[in-house]
Amino acid sequence: MRAEVFRAWITAAATVIGEQRDHLTQLDAAIGDADHGINLDRGFTAVVSAIESAAPVTPGAVLTLTGTTLISKVGGASGPLYGTAFRRAGRALGDAADVDLPGLAVALEDALAGVQQLGAAREGDKTMVDALAPATAAFSKAIAVGAPAADALAALVEAARAGAAATISMQALKGRASYLGPRSVGHEDPGAASTALILGALRDAARAGQ
Amino acid sequence: MKKVINSPDTVVADALAGVAAAHPSLAVDIENKVITRAGGPQAGKVGLVSGGGSGHEPLHGGFVGYGMLDAACPGEVFTSPVPDQMLAATKAVDGGAGVLHIVKNYTGDVLNFQMAAELAGDEGIEVVAVVTNDDVAVQDSLYTAGRRGTGATVFVEKIAGALAEEGAGLDKVAAVAREVNERSRSLGVALTSCVVPAAGKPTFDLADSEIEMGIGIHGEPGRSRVPLAPASDLAAAALDAIGADMPLSDDLLVMVNGMGGTPLLELYVLFNEVRKYLEGHGARIARNLVGNYITSLEMQGFSVTVCRLTDTLTRLWDAPVDTPALRWGR
Repeated sequence: MRAEVFRAWITAAATVIGEQRDHLTQLDAAIGDADHGINLDRGFTAVVSAIESAAPVTPGAVLTLTGTTLISKVGGASGPLYGTAFRRAGRALGDAADVDLPGLAVALEDALAGVQQLGAAREGDKTMVDALAPATAAFSKAIAVGAPAADALAALVEAARAGAAATISMQALKGRASYLGPRSVGHEDPGAASTALILGALRDAARAGQ
Repeated sequence: MKKVINSPDTVVADALAGVAAAHPSLAVDIENKVITRAGGPQAGKVGLVSGGGSGHEPLHGGFVGYGMLDAACPGEVFTSPVPDQMLAATKAVDGGAGVLHIVKNYTGDVLNFQMAAELAGDEGIEVVAVVTNDDVAVQDSLYTAGRRGTGATVFVEKIAGALAEEGAGLDKVAAVAREVNERSRSLGVALTSCVVPAAGKPTFDLADSEIEMGIGIHGEPGRSRVPLAPASDLAAAALDAIGADMPLSDDLLVMVNGMGGTPLLELYVLFNEVRKYLEGHGARIARNLVGNYITSLEMQGFSVTVCRLTDTLTRLWDAPVDTPALRWGR
């Protein structure tokens, strides 16, 4: 996959975040502070502009610019967390002009590590980690057994969605939702939901780029 | 929902332009969203920077000025500011003696200030962060993000600001900031929700007969819903919760704070109930603030913050201050 695929990923992510902006904000209103969709939409809109004007030429540069812009524009917890995820992924890809599936798997694992390091969240805490961790594991596993790209990407998105859905029954242990204690149960975590959307955009862009 | 705005997208920038127009003592960088004292950094004085989501005015921009903050970074409504803003503010107030970041304990604020401190360190500016976490509504345990920073932030900014003005070093200013936070506790109560301009509808629903005990300053729900009760009961409930966590005795600094939509008339009713409760428990309100200092947009409700004073803290509280929202002695 070359830089065009990664640019298409980010553009598709911006589109789906824009479409789901109100839904994500509603999820956040239930257990947080009602700004997740608004903030991510503002951030990804800025990312699309930044990519258009800077025109990064490697996959790593696309993701690094995405991360830096999200940190500068989003605020809240999701800005540093998503920003760090994309920056770590970008760093993992280095200067390569073309990224293969194992390379992408390493980048996703580095992104997860960055998020966990910064946010100190573990699986089961009802955060974006609950979508990103199983998705990354499913993707790496599919690649290890030699699955074709389409299947590995499908496994990635399926696991992310299942992970996001599983947050509904969890009690939040990190972030603002944790202040609610048991009352956080019964609501999908907005960060896990947006992670599933962003990984869905990755699958769509990669599939179109095959 | 009716609001006095031009557009939800420009509400923070438009308000900053108003702050700039109203207060010539402040320098307002509207594009980068940084409020500093006019006149630039003071050589040899520790710089104090705070910041957080907008919608809590006068916190933090209203506390920039002599004897208090050197800079504030307002984020979008209820959203932490970004590291770029904090770095710009830190550089703008660095007078060579280091910079104190005063951070309310919310995940977003903490993460963004952490990134900003690293960036400032890369540029050779010494930064120490003090995180406020005075809200007794949240249990400080492994099972939450920890107690939220609320009303004590006002006390920390005033008292640490006074010590910095006297020329104390960064370590001492940070130490007094931590001491004030450790000696302070708060509890908030909401009678109504609030409306984030970009969301356009109430953050949560609350029945006419219900109140939310332990509300957070972003309208995030508290820990329980109970029926509305007389002011005497509300004061007792708030102070019972605070007293369960910290002894209420001796000389206290007490703030009865409005959440934005509570008439001052009602805040005074509550303050009198707070006074009666504390006197009944052998404490004395040595200093007080009654009014809107850390708000949640148009929410009806209040918070009570109590700080156990020492002679030094009282002296620093009484020291001159000259900001848009707090002014005495000068």
